[in-house]
Amino acid sequence: MNNQNILGYQPQDSFIHRINASAKLFFFLVVSIACMTTFDTRFLLFVALFSVALFKTAHLKWQQVSFIVKFIIFFSLLNLIAVFIFQPTYGAQLYHSKDVLLSAGYFTVTAQELFYLANVALKYFCTVPLALLFLLTTDPSSFASSLNKIGISYKISYAVALALRYIPDIQTAYWNISAAQQARGNELSKKASLMTRLKGMVNIIVPLIFSSLERINTISTAMQLRRFGSKKKRTWYTQQPFTKTDFCVVALAICLFLTTLYLFKLNHGRFYNPFN
Amino acid sequence: MEKPIISFKDFSFQYVSQAEPTLKNINLEIYPGQKVLIAGPSGSGKSTLAKCLNGLIPNEDHGEIHGSCTINGRAITETSLFDLSFTTSTILQDSDSQFIGLTVAEDIAFALENDAVSRAEMQQIVDKWATELNLHDLLNHSPQELSGGQKQRVALAGVLVDGSPILLFDEPLANLDPVSGHKTMQLIEQIQAKTNATVIIIEHRLEEALTCPLDRVLVMSDGQIIADQTPNELLRTDILPNAGIRPPLYVEALKAANVDLTKIPDLASVQKLPVLPEITQALATLKGSTTLSNNETPVPQLSLENVSFSYSAEQKYPLSNISFTVNAGDFISIAGQNGAGKTTLVKLICGFLQGSGKITWENQDLAQTSIKERAEKIGYVMQDPNQMISQKMIFDEVALGLRLHGITDENEIKQKVAHVLKICGLYPFRNWPISALSYGQKKRVTIASILVLEPKLIILDEPTAGQDQQTYTEIMQFLQELNEQHGCTIIIITHDMHLMLEYTKRALVFSQGQLLADLTPVQLLSQTELLKQADLRQTSLYHLAQKYQLADTDSFIAGFDQLVHQKGEHHE
Repeated sequence: MNNQNILGYQPQDSFIHRINASAKLFFFLVVSIACMTTFDTRFLLFVALFSVALFKTAHLKWQQVSFIVKFIIFFSLLNLIAVFIFQPTYGAQLYHSKDVLLSAGYFTVTAQELFYLANVALKYFCTVPLALLFLLTTDPSSFASSLNKIGISYKISYAVALALRYIPDIQTAYWNISAAQQARGNELSKKASLMTRLKGMVNIIVPLIFSSLERINTISTAMQLRRFGSKKKRTWYTQQPFTKTDFCVVALAICLFLTTLYLFKLNHGRFYNPFN
Repeated sequence: MEKPIISFKDFSFQYVSQAEPTLKNINLEIYPGQKVLIAGPSGSGKSTLAKCLNGLIPNEDHGEIHGSCTINGRAITETSLFDLSFTTSTILQDSDSQFIGLTVAEDIAFALENDAVSRAEMQQIVDKWATELNLHDLLNHSPQELSGGQKQRVALAGVLVDGSPILLFDEPLANLDPVSGHKTMQLIEQIQAKTNATVIIIEHRLEEALTCPLDRVLVMSDGQIIADQTPNELLRTDILPNAGIRPPLYVEALKAANVDLTKIPDLASVQKLPVLPEITQALATLKGSTTLSNNETPVPQLSLENVSFSYSAEQKYPLSNISFTVNAGDFISIAGQNGAGKTTLVKLICGFLQGSGKITWENQDLAQTSIKERAEKIGYVMQDPNQMISQKMIFDEVALGLRLHGITDENEIKQKVAHVLKICGLYPFRNWPISALSYGQKKRVTIASILVLEPKLIILDEPTAGQDQQTYTEIMQFLQELNEQHGCTIIIITHDMHLMLEYTKRALVFSQGQLLADLTPVQLLSQTELLKQADLRQTSLYHLAQKYQLADTDSFIAGFDQLVHQKGEHHE
């Protein structure tokens, strides 16, 4: 209902918004891969700070992302705890040393294990802001054209873009249907028990699915009548020519990736070991 | 002789899922550059005919074809959808959901993108049509933000880039207010003159559609073409009303006043009617009373005091300082252009949104009541029935509200649902699945599902938008009955000036978030400036009265309405 709460592209004018979508996608993919592979803390720290700083410059509002960020934090914490439970000694093995901080049998906490977990957590800080940044600052059509440019079939690219575009529409439809249901006595607030609320949700989902299917039907007819899919290739109206800035963005991504390779050599492996 | 661009010979079509053919034995020839209107009630086969023209039949919608149909010299059975799209450009009914591009420019370019036209050339073509259709300032806007008329222009530009010889409009007026509808018809005329394309318009709103000069009108009924005449010839006959299509109001009035139509050489528009004393005299006999018979002192029901709401700080025209009182037994229309805040206002009244100001019900403040509690007093029927219906069977859908209100006695539920279904004329269908119903019937199911909760006030969002004459009359007469016989207060959101005059007793006019006026529809009719602000348009009835300088326009219109109503009741 409220525009601010919608997770999706919001047109704005910022440095990040202006970067070519293909350059942005390239940067996001390459830097994410770099962060996935390396465990060099210095590098991760740098990229994490850099991502958060970028996020700031895009003038995004916290409300837009608060839900998804909380959601991700919850699951990353869950993941970290699971990693610890499965093998509390993994850090010690990796860094070939063992400084016990808290002795508790199987669950003995070592400085090495904490350091390892901190590295894993840092990876989230590197990639999540970048991913959100990309989604929120790239309009779906440019997104589709950039996917197509990196070699993905244009039909799939367009399908992804359309799906992204309809998220706000579906959210609005959801609110409307939900309000109409509540007006007929379908209690969805916290006053009702969980079971009642779940049952009540079904009454919203059904019309939501049917109205969405109808929309999909109309749009696919409209697309076919205007020859979508008639040729092997298509051009993109929104495709922007590369500017100097865009080349810089690509170059920066490549530099960051090369840095990880250099660090690979320097550290004799993926891990930076401060315990030696 | 010139060859026809569209030619049907003994053509029949039966959908795979249907037991009977939808199109029966169609013989039709349309020549290049003609402007043809295809009219017919819902289910008459006019949309199916359109699908043959753009190739959706047989490429997408499969079925059995007999006879032949050739478009631009090629049989539709041997042409692919893509090939045919170069010949026939289609503007779909629901312009909102046919937009594909994120911005106006992108949407205009969509077909070009698919043809792999280079970016530079694309920009040139988009630029050309944006200039032609006056869309330059809107190129970077999202199509969804535009007004109804602007949307039609964007949709039109999106197909004009193809330069196809046939332009097919599928109910272009269905979702438009009368002003935008009128502008759209002018635009179609202008584009046709420029491109010399063959124009086919599928539409049942003749009041507006005939404002553009047309070469032929085809009337469809039950899968067949029952008339193929010039508008002037057709309007003299009773073919339209007999087929369930409402002729333009001025024609109805001329007939109701028993004017001798043979004296009129051209009946196609009000402007072309001759000014003859006998016509003036005949029309002057239509007189009705304009004073409201209701002399009871009004009992205030719903009151709004300085109600305001904005979705965000950037919103251009937030709803501001709305105050009015609804009395028990009122039948009110709310009018105003798209984006005037009508739906927002209703959502505030129902508690879906929380704004500032005070809303009271029978002198009790509603601020602390939940949506559910308000709904026991105020029922809201949304525009799209598909957003309301959640059950498979009619009975269950209507019973849902009762069950959710904790009524467990199945006998009581049965009794109440049966009662409401009888009022709504749906009782014979009570055990039917909802999917088997027509749009008008679905609409009545949603009204029934609100009515079962016994609200004292019902608000309906555009209950008749896009409906044919029969469904329109059905819905409106039903609402009138609820109002008069069951004492239900009714508020409808509508653009239809004639509906306001014919059925409602009071009009609230909104524009840009403000309540401009609270008056009777008859008073509204003569306030040209106010009508303009609200994107409303006087009906042809008003123009007729002006043309023949009838002394009392209001009384003339009231007289016409009363006569039409008598006839309507007579028919039943």
